[in-house]
Amino acid sequence: MALVMTYAAAVADSLARAMRADARVVALGEDVGRGGIFGQYRGLQAEFGARRVIDTPISEATIVGAAVGMALTGLRPVVEMRVVDFALCAIDEIVNQAAKNRYMFGGQGRVPLVIRMPSGIWSASAAQHSQSLEAWFAHVPGLVVVAPATPQDNHALLAAAIACDDPVAYLEHKELWGESAEVDPAEHVPLGRARVCRAGRDLTLVTWSKAVHAAIKAAEQAAAKGRDVEVIDLRTLWPWDRETVLASAARTGRLLVVHEAVEVAGFGAEIAATVAEALGVRVARLGAPRIPVGYASSLEDEARVSPAAILDKIESLLA
Amino acid sequence: MGEAAGGEGASRYDARRARLTALYATMLRIRAFEDAAEEASRGGVAVFGQQAAAKPAAVRGPLHLSTGQEAVAAGVCANLRRADYLTSTHRGHGHTIAKGGDPGRMMQELYGRAGGSCGGRGGSMHIADFGVGMLGANGVVAAGMPIAVGAAHSVSIRGATEIVACFFGDGAINRGPFAESLNWAQVFHLPVLFVCEDNRWSATTPTGSLTAGEGAAARARAHGIEARTVDGNDVEAVDAATADLVAAVRAGRGPRFLHAITYRVKGHVSVDPAAYRDPAELEAARTTDPLLRARTALASLGASAAELEELDAAARSEIAAAVALAESAAPAAAGSAYTEIQDCGGGRWRS
Repeated sequence: MALVMTYAAAVADSLARAMRADARVVALGEDVGRGGIFGQYRGLQAEFGARRVIDTPISEATIVGAAVGMALTGLRPVVEMRVVDFALCAIDEIVNQAAKNRYMFGGQGRVPLVIRMPSGIWSASAAQHSQSLEAWFAHVPGLVVVAPATPQDNHALLAAAIACDDPVAYLEHKELWGESAEVDPAEHVPLGRARVCRAGRDLTLVTWSKAVHAAIKAAEQAAAKGRDVEVIDLRTLWPWDRETVLASAARTGRLLVVHEAVEVAGFGAEIAATVAEALGVRVARLGAPRIPVGYASSLEDEARVSPAAILDKIESLLA
Repeated sequence: MGEAAGGEGASRYDARRARLTALYATMLRIRAFEDAAEEASRGGVAVFGQQAAAKPAAVRGPLHLSTGQEAVAAGVCANLRRADYLTSTHRGHGHTIAKGGDPGRMMQELYGRAGGSCGGRGGSMHIADFGVGMLGANGVVAAGMPIAVGAAHSVSIRGATEIVACFFGDGAINRGPFAESLNWAQVFHLPVLFVCEDNRWSATTPTGSLTAGEGAAARARAHGIEARTVDGNDVEAVDAATADLVAAVRAGRGPRFLHAITYRVKGHVSVDPAAYRDPAELEAARTTDPLLRARTALASLGASAAELEELDAAARSEIAAAVALAESAAPAAAGSAYTEIQDCGGGRWRS
């Protein structure tokens, strides 16, 4: 039965269900016992105790490294990095340890681990609390990369990530925590499957995370001008849903990829290149300029990808 | 042990000799393994001013030898059970053998063979044998520490009874994960034995010149962790200190810390001639070689030259068989580069 939930409440409910179903699932990170700084762990420590919902020291390297040790020895940890920017203090543990363990030891172990790294521009948080680094993680063999855009997907994809035997870079968007929508807790969303948010004939717009919402707005504005844009929420960046994207782009003949991350060397380039190589259609990308995110609203806005900018890009691609 | 004659004294004496014989045998196996690996690595890597040989070496890539440090691996691991966990460093052959790893599979790994303990994917620097609780050597200094602490946290959460031995070097105590891991283990009261295998060198730099304060044990005590410093070239001393510390860890009294002071006889990697080192320092170290000391102690306990020779011959013969196996084994199949990476998205290596 569908319930209206916020993005934060949906994911807390999903984690609670996973913990009820499987004693091996534990959560750890800074301040998770008090519900997490965004409320995404609310109620969990009361239900499961401090042994399974573990408040940790501010030791990002050891939060992830310890989770690798837990995962190798029979647990299925979900770790909280608070913001993706802090995960850079644990980049050895994510890239050299979690992602490489299975391969370099010849498959002796598995690292079923979910690393939650809230991403994106949020509330004038400036250069060290606002980044979108999904392309970094997509570049690393061994990792799965997920970026949910809706309460429903945050519920279903966290469940899928916990069930996965691989380390998963799980990137929630910090400006989506309060977004409400209907959630069916029973809905299953497999990793690697995109969602067509809006069907259209003229252009394929591929995006993920919070940019999905700006893209839908832009598509609606384009519709008013007679442009029929198909919007695809990728949901999983690795493995990304190549089939859905290629099928759509083959129909529409044009591809635009939009993301909040810096455009240069962004994951949009990967998708655009793949589609151009496979289909020879016109492609374009739109991401943030290669600037750090500034504090003042006037600066912060320069790093945002607005519906108006997306609309401009749609127009130029259809011109 | 002056009272060798008579009932209880004699049995203590026999027990000591049996224990030391076993420790010595482990050290001999480690030494033989690393001597053979070193031989097979000659000309393998062009670093430290060395030239790569025209014919590729059988053991390629960095080979970090623990020659002269065997007493730490042997003395610590003699107090571990098969189900206990262990994390190691980039210098991990000794820890793996002492924990029960199979030298035949290990040597195959160094040779890049399909039958290696990691299927040829890891080599020396990532030697591992999960089947005996050895959760891996690590190419990153101190990186095994958080993993060890996590394995111990897992034991604690699951209500299991294993303990975790966490090996690291003196260089590791200057990395952040060292402090984080000690703090974490103490705060969560975890069953970990930290073992600082202090060989006094951080790659090509003497660690002492770059380390503030009173050293590894003092740093452990600053976290409230009981620590012991021991002569790491005296295998009986390592064994005895570990026995005490492990008893406390097994009894649920939280983490303990062993600082074993030893000496790195070889260069940083096998092809490093360590030309930066005062030769007198090496000469002095040779006189305190842990195998020599164990051998002398065994002789004083009555072991004959023939018995000691037999132990050495057994180790050499076991390792010769491991080398022969590795020489003749099939290399890792190229196609295995695409396996054991990930389930989700596995099989898809390009966009």
